[in-house]
Amino acid sequence: MFCDLDVENVVKGQHPLDRRSFLKCALASGAALGGGAALGLSGVAQPAAAMPAETEGEDFSRFTVEAKFYQKLPNSKIKCKLCPRECLVGDKERGYCGVRENRGGTYYTLVHSRVATAHVDPIEKKPLFHYLPGTIAFSIATAGCNVNCKFCQNWEISQSRPEQVPSHYMPPKSVAELAKQYDCPTIAYTYSEPVVFAEYLMDAADAGHEAGIRSIVVSNGFIQQESLKAAYGKMDAVKIDLKSFSESYYSKVVTGQLKPVLDSLVTLRKMGKWTEIVYLVLPTLNDSDAEFRGLAQWVKANLGKDVPLHFTQFHPEYLLKNLPITPVPTLERAKAIADAEGLHYVYIGNVPGHPSQNTYCPKCRKMLVERVGFTASKILIHKNSCPFCQQPIPGIWHA
Amino acid sequence: MSTTHSDSRRAFIKQTLSGAALLCAGGAAKTLAAAESGTGTAGAKSRVVVARDPLLRGTGASVDSSRMLALLDRAMQSLCGQTLNSQDHPVEAWRKLVRPGDTVGLKVNTLGGRGISTNIQLVAAICERLQEAGVKAGDIVVWDRDSEELERAGFHVAIGNDRVRCFGTDRVGYEQELAAWGSVGSCLSKILTQYCNVLINLPVLKDHDGAGVTIALKNMYGVIHNPNKYHPNGCNPFVADLNMLPEIRTKMRLTVCDATTAIYEGGPGYKPEHSWNANALLISTDPVALDHTGWQMIERKRAEKGLKTLTAEERAPRYIATAADAEHHLGTNDPRKIAIVEV
Repeated sequence: MFCDLDVENVVKGQHPLDRRSFLKCALASGAALGGGAALGLSGVAQPAAAMPAETEGEDFSRFTVEAKFYQKLPNSKIKCKLCPRECLVGDKERGYCGVRENRGGTYYTLVHSRVATAHVDPIEKKPLFHYLPGTIAFSIATAGCNVNCKFCQNWEISQSRPEQVPSHYMPPKSVAELAKQYDCPTIAYTYSEPVVFAEYLMDAADAGHEAGIRSIVVSNGFIQQESLKAAYGKMDAVKIDLKSFSESYYSKVVTGQLKPVLDSLVTLRKMGKWTEIVYLVLPTLNDSDAEFRGLAQWVKANLGKDVPLHFTQFHPEYLLKNLPITPVPTLERAKAIADAEGLHYVYIGNVPGHPSQNTYCPKCRKMLVERVGFTASKILIHKNSCPFCQQPIPGIWHA
Repeated sequence: MSTTHSDSRRAFIKQTLSGAALLCAGGAAKTLAAAESGTGTAGAKSRVVVARDPLLRGTGASVDSSRMLALLDRAMQSLCGQTLNSQDHPVEAWRKLVRPGDTVGLKVNTLGGRGISTNIQLVAAICERLQEAGVKAGDIVVWDRDSEELERAGFHVAIGNDRVRCFGTDRVGYEQELAAWGSVGSCLSKILTQYCNVLINLPVLKDHDGAGVTIALKNMYGVIHNPNKYHPNGCNPFVADLNMLPEIRTKMRLTVCDATTAIYEGGPGYKPEHSWNANALLISTDPVALDHTGWQMIERKRAEKGLKTLTAEERAPRYIATAADAEHHLGTNDPRKIAIVEV
């Protein structure tokens, strides 16, 4: 049903593919979608800038929808209110994300229904470990991102403008229909940065819910609070990439800010959204004991000890090819610190076969979910509790 | 308007990338730089020629082609140290810049549409002189980021092999691999990397709401796939870092800034109420000196209009100083080291 190696794999650094292998895999994945190809779904994240867009000559206006989150200013300028960056955008210019354009004082998203890549993935690849384990998600992305992480594993689409990547018209109802066709209980907005296609995500989530399909989002959380409430209020679960616990790192490596991301996590908690956190560990840059400890303490104090926290392995890519792969002992050190701070569900990611990718009961320590690769091979949780000691295990375990 | 992928084009690209072609062009550039400085010795001033013609538009609204050619000739001869009474044909100035066999990219600026884009008569005049200097028409490409923007600015998109070509990067795409320097990591237009060994920069003199001004250095944002990533902090140090990329730095030979119409406020989009007919060209081989000079022209116009300085508005183009610093050394922004020659 789905390719073993596809965009998400590369994003997470699970497999250190070179570009050729990546493309081969992605193409195979597109083919694996079967009917998808007939629908014009390549399923491929082509190297962003490698070729002129396949959509040349197409009617771009169908991708262009007035943005929801912005403020009109004098002299045909606008202020974007989607993310904390608050880009001031003059006429005919675009915001930092590259997918929103000011046309005569009206701000437009250029990526509504403009899908640059689509895959059917195990939900464990997002990763969401406590949300419908063992299911698959119909996963889509457009071009664009509101930050520029120097380690981005998927920069070919995230750091490109929409016209620079081959894309396909997939209106919200089609997304829901395709999800249903591929027996996916969820639609996942992922790969690039869903913040920048918020309007599309909202409409697709509505269409999905009408068809009985849930929605999840994999995001950097770098979004204004009101936009978050409006857009992610429509989500059923959220995974936030908390890239560091340092403002300096966010400024230098991510080109963003830490505080708004922490604010987003707190807001999601208050909204009652199921949320998991991923922390990609980069050797020498965000791997100190103090940072791990500060992070764990903050999570426990502000979100609670039951929020799953995934420490994942970095693989060199994009502008940080000079760094080595994160050593497994570093990840184990991070987990040990977070465990010691009292967090109940601390995972190690991107390390196939590592025992810390399984879920254990925080009370009796028995294994409750066994994971092999990106599949949940054994799920013992019964009625949201440990079958051995009846300890409640937080999460959405069954549809 | 035919396909861009012909065998002859491939052969052409191959020829373009040959070491011999690059070496020839390098020699020509040195000659021009030496002529420009007047002495060719270290410590010489960077020359910025500001050529004006109050009658550039004749009695109409559009630029007169013959007067534009004459203005360009005057500017180039002055840049090359020739006297205005010289018996040398104006093409001699161009022969110091290019040689037969060179493939020349003319990077225009067409973001602002017909109102405030690189003037077509200026481009035509340069093409004429380049051909007289021995560059084949088919070896000249007029380009910018997007073909549609070129057309909106009045250019005719053309991709024939035996005449001057004109198209946007959208027709051929960007390189797959990243080019990186400092804060910049970008994919370069294939027009820059595969279609030309000499780059002539043809920006427009404009105010810029974020960067302060956009003239020579910032026009290189049209060469990369992700310019939107480099607008924070007044585009500093991104503009300077971008111009350090070897493909840009080694191919850049000359900047001819179009100030026939310029914008002193509200740019980079066209704001007729904030534009003026400066009827001028700024020419230099030092893009930093040219940018500094252009910035001062905009400041003078702003003062004349009763507007605050860009510094007072906290949008002074700090990237110009960065481009001149010891790390970049792309030129000079020191007024004592800039010779502004008005002709």
